[in-house]
Amino acid sequence: MSETKKTDEAKTDAAPQEREVLLKVEGLQKHFPIRKGVLQRQVGAVKAVDGIDFEVRKGETLGVVGESGCGKSTMGRVITRLQDPTGGSIHFEGQDITRLNSAGMRPLRRDIQMIFQDPYGSLNPRHTIGSIVSAPFRLQGVEPEGGVKKEVQRLLELVGLSPEHFNRYPHEFSGGQRQRIGIARALALKPKLVVADEPVSALDVSIQAQVVNLMDDLQSELGLTYVIIAHDLSVVRHVSDRIAVMYLGKIVELADRTSLYEAPMHPYTKALMSAVPVPDPKRRGAKSERILLRGDVPSPISPPSGCRFHTRCWKATEICRTTEPQLIELRPGQRVACHHPENFEDQAPQDTVLLSVAKEAAELVADEVLAESAETSAALAAEVSASGAGEKAGASGEAVQEPQVTTTKTGPGAKTTPTAAEARPAPTDPRPTDEPATEAEPEADGQESTDK
Amino acid sequence: MTELSKTGAALGEPAPGNAPDAFLAVRDLKVHFPTDDGLVKSVDGLTFQVDKGKTLCIVGESGSGKSVTSLAIMGLHRLGARGKNVQMSGEIWLDGKELVSADPDEVRRLRGREMAMIFQDPLSAMHPYYTIGNQIVEAYRVHHDVSKKVARKRAIEMLDRVGIPEPDKRVDGYPHEFSGGMRQRAMIAMALVNNPELLIADEPTTALDVTVQAQILDLIRDLQKEFGSAVVLITHDLGVVAEIADDVLVMYGGRCVERGSVDDVFERPQHPYTWGLLGSMPRIDRETSERLIPVKGQPPSLINVPSGCAFHPRCPYADIPKGDVTRTVRPELQQVGGGHFSACHLSPEDRTRIWTEEIAPKL
Repeated sequence: MSETKKTDEAKTDAAPQEREVLLKVEGLQKHFPIRKGVLQRQVGAVKAVDGIDFEVRKGETLGVVGESGCGKSTMGRVITRLQDPTGGSIHFEGQDITRLNSAGMRPLRRDIQMIFQDPYGSLNPRHTIGSIVSAPFRLQGVEPEGGVKKEVQRLLELVGLSPEHFNRYPHEFSGGQRQRIGIARALALKPKLVVADEPVSALDVSIQAQVVNLMDDLQSELGLTYVIIAHDLSVVRHVSDRIAVMYLGKIVELADRTSLYEAPMHPYTKALMSAVPVPDPKRRGAKSERILLRGDVPSPISPPSGCRFHTRCWKATEICRTTEPQLIELRPGQRVACHHPENFEDQAPQDTVLLSVAKEAAELVADEVLAESAETSAALAAEVSASGAGEKAGASGEAVQEPQVTTTKTGPGAKTTPTAAEARPAPTDPRPTDEPATEAEPEADGQESTDK
Repeated sequence: MTELSKTGAALGEPAPGNAPDAFLAVRDLKVHFPTDDGLVKSVDGLTFQVDKGKTLCIVGESGSGKSVTSLAIMGLHRLGARGKNVQMSGEIWLDGKELVSADPDEVRRLRGREMAMIFQDPLSAMHPYYTIGNQIVEAYRVHHDVSKKVARKRAIEMLDRVGIPEPDKRVDGYPHEFSGGMRQRAMIAMALVNNPELLIADEPTTALDVTVQAQILDLIRDLQKEFGSAVVLITHDLGVVAEIADDVLVMYGGRCVERGSVDDVFERPQHPYTWGLLGSMPRIDRETSERLIPVKGQPPSLINVPSGCAFHPRCPYADIPKGDVTRTVRPELQQVGGGHFSACHLSPEDRTRIWTEEIAPKL
């Protein structure tokens, strides 16, 4: 893949969108019921995945990152239908596979394969490597050209193992080699989509690099599409074309790699990235850039109201507590669910009073970070108002509708904001997009006082 | 220079058998385990020292002997039935006392009081049946003759110090009621309850998320400042090393292949294995390169460590030194700069050339 795909010009907005959508997920939910008592009545649910939308295009790599317990592994198991979703829909190559039974799924199993995290737990210790890697052929009744054994040996060679390993057992292999066996098995039937759940996190750094390179090579050779779930942001950045950041069962930001890492918009993404230790002792002095998050991820049984991140966010205001931000495309190719995004114009500028938790959280954030984010927002706002003034006449038509949208923002109709934003043509420079919002600001300010 | 630097005297270390100046000094430590398959040489001649207030990071792959080293310092290899199956030699000096030859009872008195350990997986390192408070109280009362009430107060104080909210309530919680990060904090509280002067942390953040990892590393750093203890931190993450270390020791196949200050090791690494580690890491702070540069092959078996330089089967530069010296002669640790040592047969010129011309530009 990599040569063309990994270069940055291939990352321009147009290229990936032209590609065919392989997997489309809408409003996906997976709630695990909690039952109690003699009657096993359901008393609650772990909302592991709580309404996420994304699509995977042919030949690309979608990385999914998040802290443990954010639902990324559940998401992987649901899109491969190893677990049944409790809501939403999954389309694979245009076909709705959300409710297919196991017989209906069987032919599709060939096209969707999974690589598991633990190379020790995912291989049957009583089976030889030959029998493990040939299992997909047996189960699907496929007779490869030249016989199963020859094909399995070819696969073993493909992933960098020796064909003589055919009759050995898993315990005779090291962690990195086992992971290669898992990859060989996943690739046996030439799948279209490979979902890899933490494929390298159990491996040593030097072996990790071998496996990452192998997956890269196989993608370019076989034209694979990957969904790679990982918690290591540097690995995800290295392998992915687009990246989804998950927090408590929701996608908070979905963007292509360059935009996400250069200008993250969701405060959570920013905090997550600032926490990654950088292997450069000279950067130690620059630690003030770090954003420390207070405490732990809240429980997915009763997630916080409104924006789920508001309990740990240093920018949280009243609106964050009451209204859930929608995942909207603020910049072409960059979707964010936040009322007060970083590196962008504030989505709810009328709401300026910080919550008390936010004030506490802000104590942990260096002044430099706050000043910088205020600066960028101010600069953007200034630019926006300047361009807005210039085109006042032209924009007036939109400006008439806009106040209505803004007034409903804090209410249940908050969804209208994204629609308005999407309805506008997406220009190459995202900034002019927001000019009507600025026009609407005075109205919004009035609204704020009545809200409180 | 090479001749001189081979002996400890040239390094400013006293001759073997005498107490060194450093707070913790390990000299020619060997830990071997006889098994049915052969002798496992987990640690085979390791020398290093750590001063008070300093942090030494030991890096290496799994099976390179990092954890065995830390358990050896704590004197945990000789406990119970396991003690019969270990051969230890060398010297471990802690604050003027030699531990390898010391009486187990004496080591027990030091363990927990002068030296304490933070384990990788707090869930398995803590007893699931006892409350967190109970376990901290026990650790305190072993070394202090105080009432349970006083010890409990101390436990609450420590939990508060490591940033656990509502410590007076959480003290009665069980390990399973804590989240991963909180559990690791409780573990740190337990390790620090006796104000130890040496803290050994074995992969303290590996099981944690990055955001929590950042919190824990900050905590360890703050506590070190406050108590002035020496810290030995074992990790495989070079990012963590760059973040917290003063000195770095790179281990491969049970031996030290490179040792130096954190700047030396990251700016002027002198061993091909260190280059390999640096090249294997995807980096968040740099432009994404096309490919990572992995170390080829597998880590060595500790039963049949390759002859000569243990790294030679995986080393891309093994053929540069003349003859088959890399395959037959084991390289000794040599000084390559002030306080910077490397065990490699490549000539200093070759090393500098390869690093500046071939490796550094690709990182």
